[in-house]
Amino acid sequence: MSKTITIDPVTRIEGHSKITLYLNDEGEVNDARFHVTQFRGFEKFTEGRPFYEMPAITARICGICPISHLLASAKACDALLAVSIPPAAERLRRILHMGQTIQSHALSFFHLSAPDLLLGMDADPARRHVLGLAEAHPEIAREGVWLRMFGQQIIEWLAGRRVHPSWAVPGGVGSPLTEEVRDRILEMVPRGLDIAQRALDLFRGVLGEFDKEIETFANFPSLFVSLVTPKGELELYDGVLRVVDADRKLVDDGLDPAGYADHLGEAVEPWSYLKMPYYKPIGYPDGLYRVGPLARLNTADRCGTPLADAALEEFRKLADGAVLSSFYFHYARLIEILFALERLRELLEHPDILSDRVRAVAEPNAEEGVGVAEAPRGTLIHHYRINDEGLISWANLIIATGHNNMAMNRGILQAAKEFVHGDRIQEGALNRVEAVIRCYDPCLSCSTHALGQMAIRLELMDHEGNVLDERMRE
Amino acid sequence: MSNEINITINGRELKAREQQTILGVARSNDIYIPTLCFLKGLSGVGACRLCLVEIEGVPRLLPACVTKVTEGMVVTTESPKLKEYRRMILELLLAERNHVCAFCVVSGNCELQDLAQQLGVTYVRYPYRFPKYKVDATHDRFLYDPNRCVLCTRCMRACEEVEGARTWNVRGRGIRSFMITDLNQDWGDSPTCTTCGKCVEACPTGALAVKGRATGEMKRKKNVLSQLSSMRDRGR
Repeated sequence: MSKTITIDPVTRIEGHSKITLYLNDEGEVNDARFHVTQFRGFEKFTEGRPFYEMPAITARICGICPISHLLASAKACDALLAVSIPPAAERLRRILHMGQTIQSHALSFFHLSAPDLLLGMDADPARRHVLGLAEAHPEIAREGVWLRMFGQQIIEWLAGRRVHPSWAVPGGVGSPLTEEVRDRILEMVPRGLDIAQRALDLFRGVLGEFDKEIETFANFPSLFVSLVTPKGELELYDGVLRVVDADRKLVDDGLDPAGYADHLGEAVEPWSYLKMPYYKPIGYPDGLYRVGPLARLNTADRCGTPLADAALEEFRKLADGAVLSSFYFHYARLIEILFALERLRELLEHPDILSDRVRAVAEPNAEEGVGVAEAPRGTLIHHYRINDEGLISWANLIIATGHNNMAMNRGILQAAKEFVHGDRIQEGALNRVEAVIRCYDPCLSCSTHALGQMAIRLELMDHEGNVLDERMRE
Repeated sequence: MSNEINITINGRELKAREQQTILGVARSNDIYIPTLCFLKGLSGVGACRLCLVEIEGVPRLLPACVTKVTEGMVVTTESPKLKEYRRMILELLLAERNHVCAFCVVSGNCELQDLAQQLGVTYVRYPYRFPKYKVDATHDRFLYDPNRCVLCTRCMRACEEVEGARTWNVRGRGIRSFMITDLNQDWGDSPTCTTCGKCVEACPTGALAVKGRATGEMKRKKNVLSQLSSMRDRGR
């Protein structure tokens, strides 16, 4: 008789979800579903609002990466104005985004995932969290907190507040950079680089203990999608879309992000509020692709900064083609922290960075605008249409976690097949299935534009839908 | 020259002139009374009731912005009862329409927001009505968002008393009251609007704003309307 296991809520992720594992007659895992149990409706309730309110409204989608939404939205609004923003404004937006990337990746690695990586997947769940980490490895915890603070501090100094600033505006940014802030940030970069390097060494050091997880954490061939610079380098703010396959062979390159809809489709499944984007030329569901740090390092030819490129060279040795195991998202995140810090320094040292010309002023000149950026968790797409009066008539938002939806589903199936046996869920197994999801660092509240009260639940169910076992965290 | 009269506010004995309002006397003596519909330079209407004060011997509360002083009047501007009423008024205003500061052009420069902070409105006890009002973006330069309107009628009085255009009016009664331009037509089609922007300067919230300003970017010139009115009075 087939059965089902439910994990509800999934813990140490941003947002609310549950996992259902379906067992066959032999008690082996047959299928797995990652249900996102919240719904928010941003695309609908922004209809009728003036377009220039969109950056501030959509930044409210997320408290972790409001900057990514702010920037993708401001870019979509730039497209509506049909202006080129001043070069200093673009650099300032990029600096803001580096702050965002650093703080978000530091949160994901040090606060959410390091407890698994450094205390062990089977460690007591009552201690397997950031405070447990602070007790066992105080220095690492302190450095993680500092790195996140640094990213947040950059945001506050530039944009006025750490969470939900509205400094990026249609046509540029609200105010220029001051010399004092530039110097203060520059002073802090070396310590950030030290911490990022040490975290990378530490991670490489413990990799050997996770062979089984690496083997089974969403480790399968897939496409990878991200922005790259026109030269093929790692890019977080702008650029062109590139698609590579599991061998890192180019499937598509140089795609104009504004034409995303020609290449990416969105399917809907009745059991989740999160849509299932797929690569159109291959179709649904085979056009599964992954986005995010792992995807970006697989698509880009190089990072374009020396320390990150050296780290990327090591990273490339993990596989002949693309690095496929989602366990390596953590690794990619650390390399991206290095990259962000190096880029940050370059941008701040640019001679034009203190320029007063930071905003282009115009009325809306186009009726449709697309803004695409690489959020910490992957490609983020904002697409708006406006009426003659400049009010939003239609909006489409594809958030990074959405792109990874199919991959997360396949990933938990793979991990569950390896770690879940019989009709009872062991603690280590529960944590490993959750950890697969954590690799993607999903932001569920964002990706569903969303409403809900749960965080993950694992449910074990027979083929008639009877719940046999249930694990839930408070 | 009007006669001098004596009044007491919060225990302070003060000199005032006949025809002065309680609010006028209080302000000239640095006594703070919260207001929302009052704007110096425009006539008082006593609409918002935030400036309610207690007057000895008067069984009900009276609005300081339109109540004239009388000889020997004893006024109290601060009491637990007044505070509770003022808070309640703000809560009702906030529940009535869609006042979302998060992405409002005047966030940080909004009289309603300031008052709510001052009076400690950390939650609203009444169910929100969430009305669905269409934004009027038909004007070339300005935007009218009725979702953020508190019906103070400052726009209407500025338009009528300072500009003399009479573009703004009130439609309906009670909770259905609604600010309209001319004969309830789109602002962009208004035959009377001179695009002077005085209504936008007069508005205490984000209901009337200059188009294209991002969140928190709309800052109003302080006292511009009272200066305009006093210059005109002098010219007459």
